[in-house]
Amino acid sequence: MDVLEKLTILTDAAKYDAACTSSGGNRRAKPGYIGNTSASVAGCCHTFSADGRCVTLLKVLMTNRCVYDCKYCVNRRSNDTRRAAFTPKELADLTIQFYRRNYIEGLFLSSGVFRSPDYTTELMIQSLRLLREQYRFNGYIHAKAIPGTAPELVEQLGLLADRLSVNIELPSEAGLRALAPDKTKHAILAPMRQIQARNQQNKEELVKYRHAPKFAPAGQSTQLIVGATQDSDRHILRLTQGLYDRYRLKRVFYSAYVPVVEHALLPSKDIKPPLLREHRLYQADWLLRFYGFRAEELLDADHPDFDPRVDPKCSWALAHLDFFPVEVNTADYETLLRIPGVGVTSARRILSARRAGRLHIDDLKKLGVVMKRAQYFLTASGKIPDGLRFTPDSLLRGLIAAERPLLPQQELVQMSLFDPAG
Amino acid sequence: MTEMVYYYDGSFDGFLCCIFDSYANHEPLTAIFPEEDSAPTLFASRYILTDPSHANRVLRKIVKCSPYTADLLRKGFLSCLPEKELYLYRLVVKLLREGPGFLRNFSDETLYPVAKAVRHLMGEAHLLKGFVRFSDLGGVLGSEIEPKNRVLPLLRCHFCSRYQGEKFFIYDRTHREVLLYASGKAVICPLADFQMAPPDETEAAYRILWKRFYDTIAIKERYNPKCRMTNMPKRYWGTMTEFQDASYFKAQRSPADAAIPGAPAGISVPGIPGEHGPSAPASAP
Repeated sequence: MDVLEKLTILTDAAKYDAACTSSGGNRRAKPGYIGNTSASVAGCCHTFSADGRCVTLLKVLMTNRCVYDCKYCVNRRSNDTRRAAFTPKELADLTIQFYRRNYIEGLFLSSGVFRSPDYTTELMIQSLRLLREQYRFNGYIHAKAIPGTAPELVEQLGLLADRLSVNIELPSEAGLRALAPDKTKHAILAPMRQIQARNQQNKEELVKYRHAPKFAPAGQSTQLIVGATQDSDRHILRLTQGLYDRYRLKRVFYSAYVPVVEHALLPSKDIKPPLLREHRLYQADWLLRFYGFRAEELLDADHPDFDPRVDPKCSWALAHLDFFPVEVNTADYETLLRIPGVGVTSARRILSARRAGRLHIDDLKKLGVVMKRAQYFLTASGKIPDGLRFTPDSLLRGLIAAERPLLPQQELVQMSLFDPAG
Repeated sequence: MTEMVYYYDGSFDGFLCCIFDSYANHEPLTAIFPEEDSAPTLFASRYILTDPSHANRVLRKIVKCSPYTADLLRKGFLSCLPEKELYLYRLVVKLLREGPGFLRNFSDETLYPVAKAVRHLMGEAHLLKGFVRFSDLGGVLGSEIEPKNRVLPLLRCHFCSRYQGEKFFIYDRTHREVLLYASGKAVICPLADFQMAPPDETEAAYRILWKRFYDTIAIKERYNPKCRMTNMPKRYWGTMTEFQDASYFKAQRSPADAAIPGAPAGISVPGIPGEHGPSAPASAP
């Protein structure tokens, strides 16, 4: 099997993993080595695939041979698919040559579980070591820690990679038991805990000794599959918040379940991936990380799922109309961030601009405020935009109308006169 | 005081000298043009000679008032804002008249056009850090770009530190400039015309590998061309490997080799890209 064929098989098997970022790394160029990590905070996208997702890293599996039989996965052992494995040298050559041509920002190495988690991790370590030590690669590496791997091996992996991730995949233990019988919650959380503790320890080491070896300097992330099980958005969001709070994750990725296999326990194969739901979860994830929202504020027991028609921040604002309107000339940063249509950048600009003089409605658009959403929720020098009239009812309609062009059309459910639920 | 039109040599120093002379002669300016597009005007005009010491004095004064403005000037000068010199000149005038307070207000009428142009420039430079595609031409990495703004000075630092052991060049088709880097030294110089050499076998093989990777990584069920276009506007596609047609992936040792029938076709034959998956369905001209 030549490299082209292997690359095809192992890319195809890796594509369902959502994480593809190069952010958070700070690897300066070193003489004699090739590469560095992008200095910008946002990372660097090298291309966008036909599904609109960013391609930053060479995302491949070490091998797609797997002893596990997770029902939702293309690589499960009972699936009849072509299997392949890279040799460490092939992988290193591919990474370096792609990197030299600026196709990629680095390597994302994941793997099926070949023989055992330990054996697979050893293979990965061998490849990364070749890449780092002999090919002198100094770019970004994201490696998967496989649940059930010995802590010593995770340690070695972390010293070679910039970021580690352990995929939770299914948001609840019941889901795991049903769909991924070989994985347990404990086996997934153990390496996460270890990576977090080791990261903390490493920070202290680096304060004491500047040249202490860095352990996964770009932190860790994880992925949840959305739509394979019955878990509600509320459950997923609370889990996310717990992961950010307790495990100090850098990112939680959501992956809309793409039905690849027919199975009694899974959604049927003709349903579309729940892309809008995934989108709403990402929006909420941003609210948690940058806007000071808590999961309990966004969803409660009465509203366990997000409104597909408007984004989570608008939903929150509609449920808290007494909080508005906000006067942009006096409100503090946290309050500004609560206004739909005001983001981190525009809130900062408002803070800075109002030190130079009073703000008026016309200035806000230039400051980056999205007025089609924000106009209902703010005043500037006591005024709302000219000619704007609304009631709480028309407010919702206006927000839905503003949002509609951005939505994929097939996701909206057609109302039916004959719907039994009314 | 009559309003004047100044012409200058097109360099950043020359532009600073225009500011210097406008103050020295007590002449407010209605326009500043680089000399090549000197159309006849009804206004009185003057050609400003570049004097590095004058330029230095202006820059020192601006840095003293507001380092941020000096940065905006340098970057704004690289941007593709029409009549950028006049906008930058007005910014300096306002800075010297009122002090740096107004710079806090992003929506300020003098600052906004410049800040917006600089954001556009920085955005394009950031995207190009990812979208530049190099080809290995016998040990030298070469690439071409077609940006709206003059981004080469902003790309220089990024690529020089990334590929510090390599030799590379980036050719800017729009502004006919090239960034050359070899053994720790980088220069940007004008280059009127440039033709990229055809790929050899190894290069063609890696182009095919990349194209295959690109086509495979997309999830069919999530096909979303609009999202891709938003993130990666089509004007960048022209210089990106994954959107080229089949001939781009054919190995040619040299132009002479290609002309001989039956020349080794390299690895390109079995894996002709384009047959594999929908990579760029809308890329037809």
